[in-house]
Amino acid sequence: MAQAVADSPIPEQSGTNYINAQKGILSWLLTVDHKRIGLMYLASTIIAFALGGFFALMLRLELLTPKRTIMDAATYNQAFTLHGAVMVFLFIIPAVPGAIGNFVLPIMLGAKDVAFPKLNLLSLYLYWTGALFTLSSLVTGGLDTGWTFYVPYSATTGGAVVKVTLGVFILGFSSILTGLNFIVTVHKLRAPGVSWFRLPLLVWALYATSVVQILATPVLGITLVLLMMERVLHIGIFDPALGGDPVLFQHFFWFYSHPAVYIMILPGMGIISEIISVHAKRRIFGYKAIAFSSMAIALIGFLVWGHHMFVAGQSHMAATIFSFLTFLVAIPSGVKVFNWLLTLWRGSIKYTTPMLFALSFMFLFTIGGLTGLFCGMLSVDMHIHDTYFVVAHFHYVMMGGTVIAFVGGLHHWWPKMTGKMYGEKLGALSCALVFIGFNATFFTQFILGSRGMPRRYYNYLDQFQPLHQFSTVGSWVIGLGFIVMAYNLLASLTSGARAPANPWGGKSLEWQTASPPITENFEVTPKVTHGPYDFSPEHQ
Amino acid sequence: MIAPDTAAPVASQEPIHQGSFWLPKAVSTLAPGVDNAWNIVMWVCVFFFVLVIGTMLYFMWKYKRRSENDVTSNIDHSARLEIAWTLLPLIIVMALFFVGLTGFMNSAVAPSDSFEIQVTGERWLWTFIYPNGTISPTKLIVPKGKPVRMVMSSKDVIHSFFVPEFRIKRDVIPGQYTSIWFEATEAGKYTLECTEYCGQGHSDMLATVEVVEPEAFKQWLESGGEDKNMPPAKRGEGLFAKWQCGTCHSLDGSRKVGPSLKGLFNRDETMNDGKVVKADENYLRESILVSNAKVVKGYEPVMPLFKDTLKDDQVDALIAYIKEQK
Ligand code: HEC
Ligand code: HEM
Ligand SMILES: [Cu+2]
Repeated sequence: MAQAVADSPIPEQSGTNYINAQKGILSWLLTVDHKRIGLMYLASTIIAFALGGFFALMLRLELLTPKRTIMDAATYNQAFTLHGAVMVFLFIIPAVPGAIGNFVLPIMLGAKDVAFPKLNLLSLYLYWTGALFTLSSLVTGGLDTGWTFYVPYSATTGGAVVKVTLGVFILGFSSILTGLNFIVTVHKLRAPGVSWFRLPLLVWALYATSVVQILATPVLGITLVLLMMERVLHIGIFDPALGGDPVLFQHFFWFYSHPAVYIMILPGMGIISEIISVHAKRRIFGYKAIAFSSMAIALIGFLVWGHHMFVAGQSHMAATIFSFLTFLVAIPSGVKVFNWLLTLWRGSIKYTTPMLFALSFMFLFTIGGLTGLFCGMLSVDMHIHDTYFVVAHFHYVMMGGTVIAFVGGLHHWWPKMTGKMYGEKLGALSCALVFIGFNATFFTQFILGSRGMPRRYYNYLDQFQPLHQFSTVGSWVIGLGFIVMAYNLLASLTSGARAPANPWGGKSLEWQTASPPITENFEVTPKVTHGPYDFSPEHQ
Repeated sequence: MIAPDTAAPVASQEPIHQGSFWLPKAVSTLAPGVDNAWNIVMWVCVFFFVLVIGTMLYFMWKYKRRSENDVTSNIDHSARLEIAWTLLPLIIVMALFFVGLTGFMNSAVAPSDSFEIQVTGERWLWTFIYPNGTISPTKLIVPKGKPVRMVMSSKDVIHSFFVPEFRIKRDVIPGQYTSIWFEATEAGKYTLECTEYCGQGHSDMLATVEVVEPEAFKQWLESGGEDKNMPPAKRGEGLFAKWQCGTCHSLDGSRKVGPSLKGLFNRDETMNDGKVVKADENYLRESILVSNAKVVKGYEPVMPLFKDTLKDDQVDALIAYIKEQK
């Protein structure tokens, strides 16, 4: 064993584990076990994803025909606002750190728990509070501003935007606390022998994410205070009716939301590094390059917010600088892709469900990243900005990237989390359906956009109908894929085979303990003598 | 000759003219530059896509697991490769940056002899005001082969001015002026789309851009684009279409954003303060010019004010038309 747990062999299944150690609802609500908290995050974010997905399918259904298909314009506008806001704030930002990060990070370090277990529980409660608050203000405020809440449009909806921002800020607080917890945990709770360069790359990615969370989220708080000063005290800041500057709001908004985009993608990238290496049974290629590129993305990511505003009336000088920096941030992402590629080289690739998702990720994220180059070029962006081209681009990155990585990670660690194996055949089927449906839905939208179809359009020119219909049919295939996936995973809970401690032959620490682990994670604190990707035969 | 607007459609439905598979036809002097940039970045992407995905598929086939005892390579880094795939892409993206910048700068500075048109965006109507005072809602008429500069501002929320065939886009912001210019290279009708989300009518906030020969443009500009000899009700019908009253008012009794105008004349209307007013000529006049003076019960005061845009004889024509809606 590469990372041996001193002397004692690993028990495949322990009699008691973190799930059956205690019973009753309170044992969950008051738990401080990072694994249980992770599972509760998992359930909550998946519910959010299902909700957002439902709205997405309704949106696509509406777009089957120009004008009214199933809902009126006002409802459509609320539906895309809900879809976007739920997906971004309730699902994709908290999902990977909250669910997967919480579960595996401490185990990967050989720790018993995170540094501040109670704070961790508080994060979860803040997430629930913020989620309910955001959802209820979105719904009761009838918010139809899009998830970007641009002023002055959002000023017409009364107090709703302040409430939603407050909700998002509560959610932000939850992610600040998670970030803080992870940073301290990584610094302080590494088991003997786990040096910085023996950290699994997921830990590096989560670490970089945490830095961004801590630094960017306060800006949201500042925005909120300014919004309130404007609404309550009528000091003109953003609203031109009061003498404010609406473009300033966009600066504030993107100063948070652009780094937030990296909060969304970095952890996903971390997952991919784990899956590819383990299922190709090969030492990761370019460990340091991947680790440092995460940090580089996190830092440069703070300086590119203006690329959302090339045509929004910022100065041409500013646009030029932002375009330049945007191209720089493309480089570390490229470095990661090339290194993953070489990790396949002379590997031993097994087509398990997690690996199929990781390979899908490579395909989709490459398209998402490359089409970002179009958006970064000032003259080209002038044509495609706020068209379906951009909708396609960010779905390729967020869904093709993060969501696919997330479900890949879910399948990778599912045996560890639940102690059950799911069906590989159904797993492969669900991956294939999502992959095919995704490309049908969203590749079409690149064509729509470049041909001049603007985004957030309820009605559209007749000439776009065939492509819109194709895209809608694609969305049904995605939906079907997720239903198959949900069935496969849920069925495994009752009828799945028992999972061994290390079903994939992984070398990082979470595979060196029982499935599911005991509450303390390890019987004995592990002593680590090798890196997490050491698949060389002498350590088999 | 450009026909006076008698029956302009409620919202423009000009198709976007397709050029290549990806892009619309290029109809401005700026467009070829953008298309050129598009083609360059497109081929760069195709190259990298084939490189990455091709290699991936090859490895997937070549290094498929044969047995559980497969021994895999232990080579875990290569400084040379890391440097190569940092620097080469860096050079390429810097080149892309400059290509994009050039096209953008061309669009930023209008030639000094540009013809200037004021553009106002408001929910959900584009209005174009020419230097001689001619006002043209929902229809932007411009001469072919002459640079035209748009000086744009919004009356309410942010909108964005986008003409796909011209490859130009710029936000239209309240409380600020933004500008953009183009020189159309081919006569014809094109569609202007609003590309910054602005509410319920966002996707209907279109306008027709009509590029005409300079001679015809001059004539149109002088006539103010209207035939004053028509019977008032007929003229009113044209104005009703031109100013897009139909987006908010139906003529068949059904409710839209505003009340239906069917059978309105001489009816008793209840206002939101409970007062009942008879819808006579004076009421109609006031409702059209300063709609928020009296607000009909059950409706929001969202109708644009027309006091600065409609002339007296135009209001008369509109009233004559409304009277006919029995
Ligand atoms: C953005 C939507 C909108 C547009 C465009 C619009 N209106 Fe209105 N209009 C309303 C609303 C809402 C009301 C009711 C509230 C009020 O009285 O201000 C109204 C009220 C009226 C009334 C009084 C109706 C009644 O039942 O008493 C008249 C007459 C009228 N509009 C005429 C016009 C004409 C003529 C135009 C075009 C030049 C026009 N409107 C354009 C929204 C609109
Ligand atoms: C089932 C898969 C999905 C489908 C079919 C889908 C469909 C759509 C549609 C139709 C729109 C509206 C586009 C427009 O009119 O501008 C949209 C917007 C959006 N989607 Fe998705 N989506 C899916 C998944 C996701 C996921 C997984 C995320 C993020 C995690 C996401 C994030 C967004 C965002 C942020 C917007 C923008 C909302 C706005 O304009 O305010 N979507 N999506
Ligand atoms: Cu608009």
